[in-house]
Amino acid sequence: MEQLIFYSLAGATVLFGMLVVIARNPVHSAIFLIGALMCIAGLYLQMGAEFVGGVQILVYVGGVMVLFLFVIMLVNVRTAERVRQLSPEWKTALLLAGALSVELVYLVLKGPGVFATAAPEAIPALQGNTQNVGAALYTKYLLPFEIASVLLLVAMIGAVALARSRMD
Amino acid sequence: MAEAGIALIKIAVVLGFVLNLAALLTWAERKQSAVIQDRIGANRASVFGLRLFGLFHIAADALKMLTKEDHVPQTAEKFIHGAAPFISFFFALMGFAVIPFGDVLRVGGREIPLRILDLNIGILFIFAAIALEIYGSVLAGWSSGSHYATLGGMRGSVQMFSYEIAWGVSLLGIFMVYDSLDLNRVVLRQGDLLWGVLPKWGIVTQPLGFLLFLAAGMAITKRVPFDLPEGESEIIGYFVEYSGMKFGLFFLTDFVLTILISALLATLFFGGYQLPYLEPDGFRFPWGATWSLDHYTVVFLQFVALVLKIVFFCWLLLAVRWTYPRFRYDQLMDLGWKVLFPLAVANVILTGLVLTLIE
Amino acid sequence: MFIFVALLLPVVALLAGRLLRPQMGHDTKLRPYECGVEPETDARERYSVRYYIIAILFVIFDVETIFLFPWAVIYDKLALFGFIEMLVFLGILIFGYIYVWKKGALEWV
Repeated sequence: MEQLIFYSLAGATVLFGMLVVIARNPVHSAIFLIGALMCIAGLYLQMGAEFVGGVQILVYVGGVMVLFLFVIMLVNVRTAERVRQLSPEWKTALLLAGALSVELVYLVLKGPGVFATAAPEAIPALQGNTQNVGAALYTKYLLPFEIASVLLLVAMIGAVALARSRMD
Repeated sequence: MAEAGIALIKIAVVLGFVLNLAALLTWAERKQSAVIQDRIGANRASVFGLRLFGLFHIAADALKMLTKEDHVPQTAEKFIHGAAPFISFFFALMGFAVIPFGDVLRVGGREIPLRILDLNIGILFIFAAIALEIYGSVLAGWSSGSHYATLGGMRGSVQMFSYEIAWGVSLLGIFMVYDSLDLNRVVLRQGDLLWGVLPKWGIVTQPLGFLLFLAAGMAITKRVPFDLPEGESEIIGYFVEYSGMKFGLFFLTDFVLTILISALLATLFFGGYQLPYLEPDGFRFPWGATWSLDHYTVVFLQFVALVLKIVFFCWLLLAVRWTYPRFRYDQLMDLGWKVLFPLAVANVILTGLVLTLIE
Repeated sequence: MFIFVALLLPVVALLAGRLLRPQMGHDTKLRPYECGVEPETDARERYSVRYYIIAILFVIFDVETIFLFPWAVIYDKLALFGFIEMLVFLGILIFGYIYVWKKGALEWV
């Protein structure tokens, strides 16, 4: 059952990802991207990372994708539709994609353990997923967390600076 | 098999309750407006001369919506146009999956948790559902290809953006006090007593949070006084190009969201299914008197308590809707960004300070 | 399971509507509604930049709120340390908020 859910979600993610590229109308592309992001959120939920799954939907689907849609609506769709679907660089893209698939096939054949990875730490016994995230974030990873606020500040200033010339 | 049956029964209870209450609210809204404006109100629909205070209007409305011609303008993006009301309605309903309507029901050695989904993230699930709700109005507005609809969609999404922030931050105090995002745990912790007499409800520990959440919640339902996306008298809104059942779904979404906000207010700030002094084995009053009740009576009383609280908040939101005029758009933005948001942040800092001082 | 039932409800409602309603197409009827005036321009045009600024600010503050949630649920364990830590975090963002306000990005006139 668990495997079935995993494979159907993974398959749907790939399918949506392909549709994002193929769709002619940019709004449709954005909607397929939303579908892909929601499938990924489903994968997180299935792995027991409820908090990450919720955040994925809240930030990416609920925030970033609406912003994408706004921007797409800003650009006139009718002109965008006339642009050629295939980029003239498709030969290079094919080469790169081929190289990547060879690598992937090699990895799958080798099985897990190709690269040495650190053993996962024991999860501290707290009452839930969100609590675990909090316990790690606010003690062990304190500095990255505080730096994140500086990053958000930069984003805020950038947004205002970008839009200011339009508002005046 | 039994598991699936129990799950289906729970779903039937929750959805049956929500949809019936939503239908009743369409009638209550008309009747209440009539009372407030000194009219008789909805009283025309009758079955064999029987009028029943206009209750048949609910059935009449439904029939009318089902049999009305479907109108899709030439400029519309057909598929998205059809999908938008569906998205809107579906995600509004999803929010109810994590609202607890009781603790556990013990039947024949089986423990049934009385909520549809047991998620550790609880409230984040509802936030996610509300965030997805935005797509209903944006896509409806964009896909219609009408100026009014597009403007309504833009207004709707930006309004939701502005108030979702204040909405989220205003709840943080509650989670700091009760240490969990899981709604059932929050409700259970609200069963404690403060100084032995006062129930430890959210309204007692977070009065400012309650006011902020109420104001932001009303903005999220997009009803008067926050109805700029659908301003009926000027731009009609993102559903201007909808008719029949598709419009009906948008119409119902507003009421479903009203019920969702009421349910959240009851759950987070008014103890959810908790009744003061009701313990799992009966009433235990602080002055020493006890009144023991069996398990089923307690579960039933708790369910009734939650229903009454939800109905009360629905009435409150409807009363607000018929009392206040609409905001201007700059006033709406100012309220969200310059009043509610700073107050919500101040509430978080204040709660943190008080909690630290208590310890 | 809840997802399926919730999905089913609007589908049934829309299907019932499709079976019952009359279908009478008419060219003028299908024009977009503009109070009776012929639409002059395409409705999908550019909108005020303020809508976009609010959307960007939403994403930023949304991420900030998300950071606060795990902090709130383990607040009793972090105690004073957590309080100071969050004051620093919020302080930087409140600075940004005041900057945005002073620059007039929140004004809507």
